[in-house]
Order: sequence, then C-alpha cells, then structure tokens
Amino acid sequence: MLAFLRALLSQRRPTSPFPGATPPFPPRFRGRPSLVRLTGGSRALPVVDLGACLFSPEEATELDGAALEYTPEIAMSARARRSLVTDTGVVDFGDALDRRMRALLGRSLRLRSVVAGSCAGCEGELAALSNAVFDIARFGVQFVASPRHADGIVITGVVNRNMVGALERTYDALPDPRLVIAVGACPAGGGPFRGSPEIVGIPASIPVDLWIPGCPPHPLTILDGILRLLGRLGRDGGRG
Amino acid sequence: MTTTPALRIRNRRAVPVADVPVMRLTEFAAQVEEAIAGDWRIVTLFGTPETAGELRLICVMAHDARGEMSAASTLVGRDYPAVSASIRQAARFECEIAEQCGTRPHGHPRLRAVRRHAADHAPSRWQTYPTTALGPEFTKIGGDEVHEVAVGPVHAGIIEPGHFRFQAHGEEILSLEVMLGYQHRGVERLLESTARDHAIHVAESIAGDSVIAHASAYCGAIEALARSHKSPRAQAIRGSALELERLANHIGDLGALSGDVAYQPAAAYFGRMRGDCLNLLMAMSGNRYGRGLIRPGGVGFDIDADLARDIAHHMARLDDDFAEIADLFFGASSVQSRLEGVGAVAAGSCVANGFVGVVARACDVPRDARHDHPYGVFRFAQIPVATAWAGDVYARALVRRLEVQRSIAFIAEQVQALPRGETRAPCGPLSRSEFAVALEEGWRGEVAHAVLTDASGTVRRHKVTDPSFHNWPAIELAMPGNQISDFPLSNKSFNLSYAGHDL
Repeated sequence: MLAFLRALLSQRRPTSPFPGATPPFPPRFRGRPSLVRLTGGSRALPVVDLGACLFSPEEATELDGAALEYTPEIAMSARARRSLVTDTGVVDFGDALDRRMRALLGRSLRLRSVVAGSCAGCEGELAALSNAVFDIARFGVQFVASPRHADGIVITGVVNRNMVGALERTYDALPDPRLVIAVGACPAGGGPFRGSPEIVGIPASIPVDLWIPGCPPHPLTILDGILRLLGRLGRDGGRG
Repeated sequence: MTTTPALRIRNRRAVPVADVPVMRLTEFAAQVEEAIAGDWRIVTLFGTPETAGELRLICVMAHDARGEMSAASTLVGRDYPAVSASIRQAARFECEIAEQCGTRPHGHPRLRAVRRHAADHAPSRWQTYPTTALGPEFTKIGGDEVHEVAVGPVHAGIIEPGHFRFQAHGEEILSLEVMLGYQHRGVERLLESTARDHAIHVAESIAGDSVIAHASAYCGAIEALARSHKSPRAQAIRGSALELERLANHIGDLGALSGDVAYQPAAAYFGRMRGDCLNLLMAMSGNRYGRGLIRPGGVGFDIDADLARDIAHHMARLDDDFAEIADLFFGASSVQSRLEGVGAVAAGSCVANGFVGVVARACDVPRDARHDHPYGVFRFAQIPVATAWAGDVYARALVRRLEVQRSIAFIAEQVQALPRGETRAPCGPLSRSEFAVALEEGWRGEVAHAVLTDASGTVRRHKVTDPSFHNWPAIELAMPGNQISDFPLSNKSFNLSYAGHDL
C-alpha cells in the first residue's frame, strides 16, 4: 500500500492542458501543411488535398512556384471532404452540429470504432485518447463495446473488400441519431494503399460527418476535431 | 538420385537468383524435413511465377543457434503433392501459396483460407482454383453441453478486426480457431508495382505499430540489392529507433495487461510512459511512430547533440519510473494469480511450429535475430537475449519487462556515443536477377522481407513475412483448457498483429 502511495506522489498528474493551452511540439513535428508562394505575381497557388496527404517529409516540397511546409498546427479537420482540398493550407472546419444534436450529444458522446483495412496506426492514436494524458472521457466522450450503445462510429482504414460488409452491418446497428467520423488518410482516399484493388472505400450509404486527416493524426488533432464537431471549441479555437 | 545442397545465404546479402538451386519437389520436401529435424526452421516459404506456366516455390530457412540461413527452390504446376503432408511448419505457408498463386496442394492436412482474396501471384497462363474451393472453415465439437462462441470481426475495443470461434463447455475452452484476412490491403502487390519513391510509405504502413521494424527490413533488402552501405551513424540511429519502438510497445502491452486484470494504477502509468517513448520518436522523426525516419541508404533525420542529451535524460527518468511501476505490478499477488498458468505454450510447440519473438523467448526458446543473424549496429553492440520458461501470460509479461530494461540501457549508450558518418548514403538501381532476404527483430519477433529482381533490375516478387504470420497459431494451441474469460488477457499477452498477418 505504501509503495502504491509513493508511486501516486512521484508519477504526478500527466493530463494534457489541451484545449486550454496546446503543449509545445518538437521542431520536426509535421502538423497542418501551409502553402507559401515563392515567386511574386498573381499565379494561382497549387491545390493540396489534406485527405491525400501522408504527412511524410517528402511531401514538403516545391510545387509550381509554391512551397509546402508543415506547421506545428494540429487543427485540420473538416465537416466536408472538399474542405480538405485547399490552396492555402487553411481548412474551413464548417459548422458544429446543430442545436438539437448538441443538446443530445454535446456532453455525452459514445463512439464505436470500426477498423476496415488499416495498418493499425490510427487505432493506436484513438486508443491513446482514453489514456491519462489525453483523457477524452473528461469531455464526456467514450468508446463503447457495442454499436447498439453508440452515438457514432469512427472509421479507420481504407474500407477494403473484406470489411465493407461488417462496416455496413455495424452502421446499420446504430440507433438514430448517429454520426460518422473518418480518421486518417486511408478512409479519405486510400492513404499509402492508394491504387490497391482491395480498396472499396466508404459506401455512399454511409454519410460522413467529420473528416480528420493525418497518417496517423496526432491524438490532439482527433480530439480537436471531435470537440469542434460538438461545438465545444469555437471557430477561433476558444472554448465554445 | 543426386542431392543438391541448399544455398547458404546471409541476412541482407544479395545472391544471384541463378545460384538458388531448383530441385525436384520430392528432394525439396525431403531437404526441408531433414533440416527441421536438425534444428532449422522455416523463415518463409512462398511462390513466385517463374514462367507463364510454372510456379517456383522458394524456401528460406534459418538455424538460429549456428547463425546460418539457407535458400532452396522447386518448380510446381497448379496441382502438386503437398509439402506439408509431412512438414507441419510448412502448412500455413502452403495455404498462403494456394491462395496467392491459385495452386491445389493435394494431401494438405488442413487447407484453409488465409486472407480470402483472389490469386494475384499466379503464373499468367493458369486458370487458378478459386479461393472458395479452400476447405471448411471451423471445427465443431458435438455434444449437448458444448456451445459455440463467435467473436469478431468487429471487436469490443479499439482493435483490429479478426474472427475467433470457440467451442466451449461451460467456462472451459475446448477449441479455438482464428480466421483473419480482414485487414488485407494488397501490400505485396503494391510493393511490387508502385513507384520506388512510394514503396517506402507502403513498407512503413504494413503494421502501423511496427513502422521502424518493417521499414528497416524493407530497406535492408533494397540496400542489399543496390549494394548501398549505410554509415555507422545511420546504423546506430536505426538501432536506437528500433529499440524505442520496442519500448513503446512493450510498455503499452504491460499497461494493457494491467487494465485487463483491473490493476488501474499500473495501466495509467504505463500508458503515460508509452506516450513518452512515442514522443521521443516524434522528436527524432516528426511522427509518433517514426514515419519518415527509416529511408533507403540510412535515415531521414540526424540526432544532434541536444537531442542526444534529451533522449539520454528521458531514458534515465524512464528507467526509474518503469522500475517503480513494474515492481508494483509484478509484485501484486492479485496480478500474479491472474497471469500465472494462463495461456501456456509449450517449448516443444514453439520449436515444432516455428514460433518466433517474445512468444518463443517466453518458452525458453532463445530466438532473436539481433543475436542470431546480427545486422547493422547489432553486430557491434549486443543486447542480451531475454527469456523466461513457463510460456504463460506471466512469462510473456516478464520477457517484456526484461527487454524494456535492456533496451533502455542500449538506447542511452548509443545516443551518448554516436559514431561519425553521413545520415544517408546513395541507394541506386537494384542489381539484376538477384535475391535478398532481410531479417529484422521487431518488437513482436522476426520480420522477413524477401525480394527478387528480374533481368532489368525491377522488383518481380516482394514477400513479406511478419512475426504474426508465424505466431497466430500459438493462440489456438494455448487456449484449450483455459477459461473463456481469460481469453482477452491471453490475447493481449500475445498481442499479435492482424495487419501484419493480413498484408
């Protein structure tokens, strides 16, 4: 017992200050990309699709007189898939859930994870959300064991042939009202597996409410996206 | 009858394909069987189209105690007598070949689907057998009091998909069979067909918690074929990253085991420590899993003096923190009573089935590619091989504890004395008509990438064998006789990769 109390004192409280403050990231961290014009003139900037971005060092490159650089910004989610396609690097999140949905789910959101042809990297970051550092439960968000108990599904992976049926059956099992959150580069466009004949993609019958880019997205990027969806983080990043 | 010896090969040394002997099938099978009786094991056994109408089977074997490797091959048609009729270790591989290459191995003891996809490595003139022709899926045990439990593919937690089929009598498991393939993304065909610049991103994404292990094995095979020689500095950085990945996963696993036995303090603290290790990988590479770090020819990022000091400081803190919480966890009698005697694998099973990694070392089978087939920095800095003997959940937890201690010491030593050298050497065109195998001791166990080039130096076959491909049958062997409520705990103690198996 004494050893346990000693550990309690020495291990300290590790919970992240986010969203009140964003912890500093190391200089090499690859957050939201930005596009910077290199040459003068009115030539249009090239367009970058954050949903197709693998956030690799090789993608920080020059394209048509502009440079793509990674910033330390973690906020880059969006309600609409087309909002991830940008010529400045700024992503328009869109609107939070409407008032009725916020009243229902804003302080209590139960999510069911469905992994449909992934590498398991995004699942590691999703699981990290429930640890003592990110502690998503303090915002009333929890992952549940059954789709019957869930308000929404979180899709990771490309949605391959071997899982599309299970994904559809899991989505069907969710009671209304329900949400769909797509996490990572894979559901947005195949990720590193782009071009594989095994990819089916998210079926048209499953409408996505939130797209979170990354490979994998940092847990704070996922948390930021979910909090914005719930209206808990305003457009300017302050507490909503 | 002439006997051609198998070709001796080495980890990360390319050989001409023409040097790999092509034997008659009977001689090939006899050699493999004899080798296994002489303490060799199968590293990988796969098919590659040799001509429009013939399939070549290549078998890579290893004798860990002697640190030797070999390669042999044979040619088969669409129908042929199964090699695994007499060689248990070959059974899984032969199922994979049947699925990938559209063969029918007659006399196979149990032909089952592996990943459930159409044949994508069959000779072009073959009309292949459909995968639905592969045998019945699950064993059923009769009896009024026996019930069947099916779990998955969608599981209760945030975990990859897979299907488990139990036959149980009350609480006791009589039989467990696993069906995988739900994470199949077509990795091998991608590695063979995608632009070379993109292939490293595919390799990093084979198993997202083993980015360093798979990327290093991929690069090892490519560098062997390109005759690219990494600097000592790059090798030391790669080794440090591999060990950091091992730390993050082993500590995370101990946290998950703590959660499963409801020992919450250790679950919370180990979880925080795992995050600290991931954050160190992020400081090195910009990504929590080390993506971007391992590149052909070396590493994408250097470790400067400040970062080295930072890493060393974190290792010292981690050593103390981990020791404190590990003492709490392993010392709690309630934890011990949950972990001991559960999910046991016998040493004989390990050897007969060719299990690798933590699973083998926990049954006192000391296999470790860093020690047996040393490569990179491990030729100069040896990490003692960690073993335990009981083969149960407790033993696998203990092996993880030992490996955490040893990897912390290794990383601290390496970063404080990094050798000189460039971060990245050139890695040019691949040699023509050559074959290279790269082994890497990932945190689960041995990762193998075997690559064949054609006459123009293009990759014609890229075989990936994840440690989980060897080890998934271990769960089927370990569970009978245990309580069904101990399944999540046992499954976590193995923590095998679904994505690594499914490719």
